[in-house]
Amino acid sequence: MAKGMREIKRQIKSTQNTKQITKAMEMVAASKLKRATNAALASRPYSDKLKEVVSSIASSSGGVKHPMLQSREIKRTAYLVISSDRGQAGGLNNNLLKKLVETIKSKHKSADEYALFVIGRKGFDYFKRRGYAVRQEVIGVPDSPTFADIKSIASAAVGGFENGDYDELYVVYNRFVNAISQIPTIKRMLPLDASQLEGGKSGPTADYEYEPSAEEVLSVLLPKYAETLVYSALLENKASEFGARMTAMGNATKNATKMIAQYTLNYNRARQAAITQEIAEIVGGANALS
Amino acid sequence: MSTLRLEIVTPERKVYEEDVNIVIAKGVSGELGVQAGHVPLVTPLKIAPVRAKKGNSEELIAVHGGFMEVRTDKVVILAEAAERGADIDVSRALQAKERAEQRLAGKQEEIDHRRAELALQRAVTRIQTSGK
Repeated sequence: MAKGMREIKRQIKSTQNTKQITKAMEMVAASKLKRATNAALASRPYSDKLKEVVSSIASSSGGVKHPMLQSREIKRTAYLVISSDRGQAGGLNNNLLKKLVETIKSKHKSADEYALFVIGRKGFDYFKRRGYAVRQEVIGVPDSPTFADIKSIASAAVGGFENGDYDELYVVYNRFVNAISQIPTIKRMLPLDASQLEGGKSGPTADYEYEPSAEEVLSVLLPKYAETLVYSALLENKASEFGARMTAMGNATKNATKMIAQYTLNYNRARQAAITQEIAEIVGGANALS
Repeated sequence: MSTLRLEIVTPERKVYEEDVNIVIAKGVSGELGVQAGHVPLVTPLKIAPVRAKKGNSEELIAVHGGFMEVRTDKVVILAEAAERGADIDVSRALQAKERAEQRLAGKQEEIDHRRAELALQRAVTRIQTSGK
């Protein structure tokens, strides 16, 4: 019996260690989540302003045409996948990647019809294991990403659309709702939806003068706008990652607590049984003597 | 003297927000000074310091590209990166300048050349801004 008790004690100990780790990870994720949501908020003014100017140009000067605003026949599609570098975030990455793979399988017949741009190790490994060709990847984006971290991949994806390599561009990321709910999202980014831009027009915008010309301003602004959309999707995905990790680790901690309670009960039972047996043996021995 | 509000915004944060008398920036088609009551205007910017004058004092802000939106009482500059003079690491900028110059001196592929040129512009802008 004593051996069984030692075994249980060991289990309790190791579960306690695990619990400490998951607890710490939960708290780290919580504080990072706060920072990530702040970063997402801080990026708002930039993207709002950009959107405002782009939409005022697109709507006011009417006749302005830009390839990024026009949909053309779709021959090749690019997907920009945003995943996290580390796991331990529940089904966050898996749900997203599964959804994307399903979409790819239903929409495309051959691998020539699409290209993948991947941010994050989890996504990159996933596609590599399954033999998908990844056009470009960025791994090791820091927890508080700067615009420069993703500039190259964003401009590669957007540039590919501009020079006609792809006819549409989707961003695949986890939309952040709150700490316990993230929605895997596949959003069409390019061509930009002109009707959506006009809908976002806020208040009376002045009729601007453009220097050198409306077309040229637009051709500078639109790629920037598209890259900004990628950046804000990245920030949102970061927030989702920490939210999911916080929830997953919270659950793990809860489970560990439950397991420890069960083990402790088992341990006490075993201890009680051992004592009872010992008494029975002593009593039996004494009876035999008398 | 009437003032206008100058805001400089990057994807990461708001770098600058103050009331100033005149804003001098380098647009793609030339340098322009903006005072309150200017005609609404949008123009892309070159990599160069933006000068904000307030009374007798003048502040420089390094703005790396981006564009400027002018309204009658407000100027908004959106850039991928921007720094105030005090935030600039001068020694790093000097090193970057040297590196870029070396790269430009050794003839290489066109893309590298272009990249080095941009890096040089950024470094020079930073140095000019902090030198105030």
